[in-house]
Amino acid sequence: MKKLNKTTRSNLITYGMVIAMFLIMQAMVSAGRISSLLQGLLVPLCAYIILAVSLNLTVGILGELSLGHAGFMCVGAFTSAFFSKCMAEALPVAGVRYLLALLIGAAAAGVCGILIGIPVLRLKGDYLAIVTLAFGEIIKNIVNILFIGKDENGFHFSTKDTFSLGMSIDGEVIVNGPQGITGTPKDSTFAIGMVLILITLFIVLNLIHSRSGRAIMAIRDNRIAAESIGINITKYKLMAFSVSAALAGVAGVIYAHNLATLTAQPKNFGYNMSIMILVFVVLGGIGNIRGSVIAAIVLTLLPELLRGLSDYRMLIYAVVLIAMMLFNWSPKAIAWREQYAAKFRRKKQKEV
Amino acid sequence: MKLKKALCAALTAAMAVTAFAGCGSEPGPSSQEGAGDSAAGTEAGTEAAGDTAGGTIKIGGIGPLTGGAAVYGIAVKNGAELAVKEINEAGGINGAQVELNYQDDEHDAEKAVNAYNTLKDWGAQAVLGAVTSAPCVAVGGVAQEDNIFMLTPSGTAVDCVKYDNAFRVCFSDPMQGVESAKYIGEHGLAAKVAAIYDSSDVYSTGIYQAFAQEAENQNFEIVAAEAFTAESKSDFSVQLQKAKDAGAELVFLPFYYSEASLVLKQAAGMDYKPIFFGCDGMDGILAVQGFDAALADNLIFLSPFTPTSDDPAIQKFVTDYQEVYGETPNQFAADAYDGMYAIKAAMEDGSVTPDMSPSDICEAMKASMVNITMDGVTAKNLTWEASGEPSKEPMVVKIANGDYAVVDDDADTGSADTETGADEAAENVEGTETAAE
Repeated sequence: MKKLNKTTRSNLITYGMVIAMFLIMQAMVSAGRISSLLQGLLVPLCAYIILAVSLNLTVGILGELSLGHAGFMCVGAFTSAFFSKCMAEALPVAGVRYLLALLIGAAAAGVCGILIGIPVLRLKGDYLAIVTLAFGEIIKNIVNILFIGKDENGFHFSTKDTFSLGMSIDGEVIVNGPQGITGTPKDSTFAIGMVLILITLFIVLNLIHSRSGRAIMAIRDNRIAAESIGINITKYKLMAFSVSAALAGVAGVIYAHNLATLTAQPKNFGYNMSIMILVFVVLGGIGNIRGSVIAAIVLTLLPELLRGLSDYRMLIYAVVLIAMMLFNWSPKAIAWREQYAAKFRRKKQKEV
Repeated sequence: MKLKKALCAALTAAMAVTAFAGCGSEPGPSSQEGAGDSAAGTEAGTEAAGDTAGGTIKIGGIGPLTGGAAVYGIAVKNGAELAVKEINEAGGINGAQVELNYQDDEHDAEKAVNAYNTLKDWGAQAVLGAVTSAPCVAVGGVAQEDNIFMLTPSGTAVDCVKYDNAFRVCFSDPMQGVESAKYIGEHGLAAKVAAIYDSSDVYSTGIYQAFAQEAENQNFEIVAAEAFTAESKSDFSVQLQKAKDAGAELVFLPFYYSEASLVLKQAAGMDYKPIFFGCDGMDGILAVQGFDAALADNLIFLSPFTPTSDDPAIQKFVTDYQEVYGETPNQFAADAYDGMYAIKAAMEDGSVTPDMSPSDICEAMKASMVNITMDGVTAKNLTWEASGEPSKEPMVVKIANGDYAVVDDDADTGSADTETGADEAAENVEGTETAAE
């Protein structure tokens, strides 16, 4: 144990935590000791954890505020759902289809990340936040006016209505504007989600502790100093941003293949969702990957576990959120915690 | 460092424990599906029923109680609660009392599935929901796997009743669009028609698309089709100006009354006076605060429900609703009220008892739904097809003198608006007759 260095040990704890969670949940599912509510929440949880971890890469490691993370998720969700719906008959093997859908979703979101990143990463601070916010809204609105249909002559596109697609009678409308995509095959499972979380953690943690990761953090801490020692600012910024976007796309794929319907509402792909993911990151600690995982779990479960309070649910949720933020991050609370912990440690040492 | 780690571990453990504890305590005995279901039913029955020997039938409700669509969800909840109260006072379903558990879905597909799972843990034996379209489609996907009966009071999208376990009370979007186009065409209301619709809304685009399609077969022409989105629904001057420039004599407004009230106000401001024609979302426009009811004069819309109707059943529903909730019920409340009675009728027809499993109940009700005929507040002689669609005639409502009036071939209701324009009313009466045939 002493041989391992500090970061490796910390990373192993993170992986171990996720694996332990998976084993416990899996055991509970197979023993039938789990409520349907929690069972239904397992797959969305995986998506939210990946989202939080990927946003933490942008916010915590790259040090840029992104308010359009749900936009990347939306891109991943719609491209992959479109693919799966088209291929549902041609590729009946769910595993292969889902793997391809994942790659397509991640690639599409990653490409969007690069395209957005090239102009946008020249901005700093508030400006980047505003542009990413706008990007998220643009994606949502584009998806809402997009109509795509398929018949024997191939694909038909329109931005007006299904009527102007000009399809033959037996054509099938796949993306139906605001009605989105319905009937996506339900391919997401908890096990796949957990594997994807581990892959995400592996990518992000390795990136952070690699040479590139140190360059990215150098840019965060002092852009001018980093530039002066020859770090290619645009390249490293773009690297972090597009990886973060591609991972958000993966989360979108999980989300899309878990529900029978996929629509771009402000609730699921609008700025509300972007802010929500940002809340996970901030509560878990900016730059703290393990914290993001824990915060995503707690904040996703909380509103559901509060269902018993019926009408006061959202109010209590907000109050709990404020209380948790204060407890975790107010200087007084941190000082108090440390003082208390120090006392605890002294006691323990005395006993020894 | 060591201390921080210990603390971290402790916090994680604490969180995990609370999370599991919360989940563990909630499901109770009903968490084991299959075997547990019937046990849960009887257990709940014995503890809740008390005075009745029949036990309790558990019905779940799903709808938005918070967020932008809360108006609809709350109306459905109120309507369903009122019906449950009446059913229980009248002796329940097959002697069993009814218990309603209504869960919030925040008008979000994912949250709707969570709400559904919560209801499943609670032991729901049939579901009245979901209220809005996208959540309804999502719930339909999972309810079909579990084979739980669901009846949506107001999910209008076609896919809401995709599976054979799902039925609906309201009209579907395409049906409203087609009926509107037919009505306009058959009555010769206009030769040039403009449509304004919300391109970001499922309901609005669904109706508009069917309307545009049906318009091809009718003797009028769509001269302008203008869209707006949920983000820009306060200024309609551009859309109205285009409709005016195109010379439209009738403007079709397939969206909800809150936006429609703005359209009417702005049209009056620019001195544009076409005939306005809406769908069931228009119901309630006269109750908009600060809205001059005179602007809505001669507004025509299709509606399943009018609170001012003379029908004794509707009158009773409206007064009871006003007594309990202090407001006039809208069509959502009426749909939910009818939905609950439809569940009752189907359960009685299929002789459903509280100790049956949700899956058995679903099978029984699927067969019964096509047998039953009921007189509700949204329609008389309401029947269902196996596809899940209700079969009922839409009512055409015209606003006259600041009040809703049903344009009907019934002489007594028609007389209300004959004073305003005798020829017009006569024409309408004639028209509905042909439409009804």
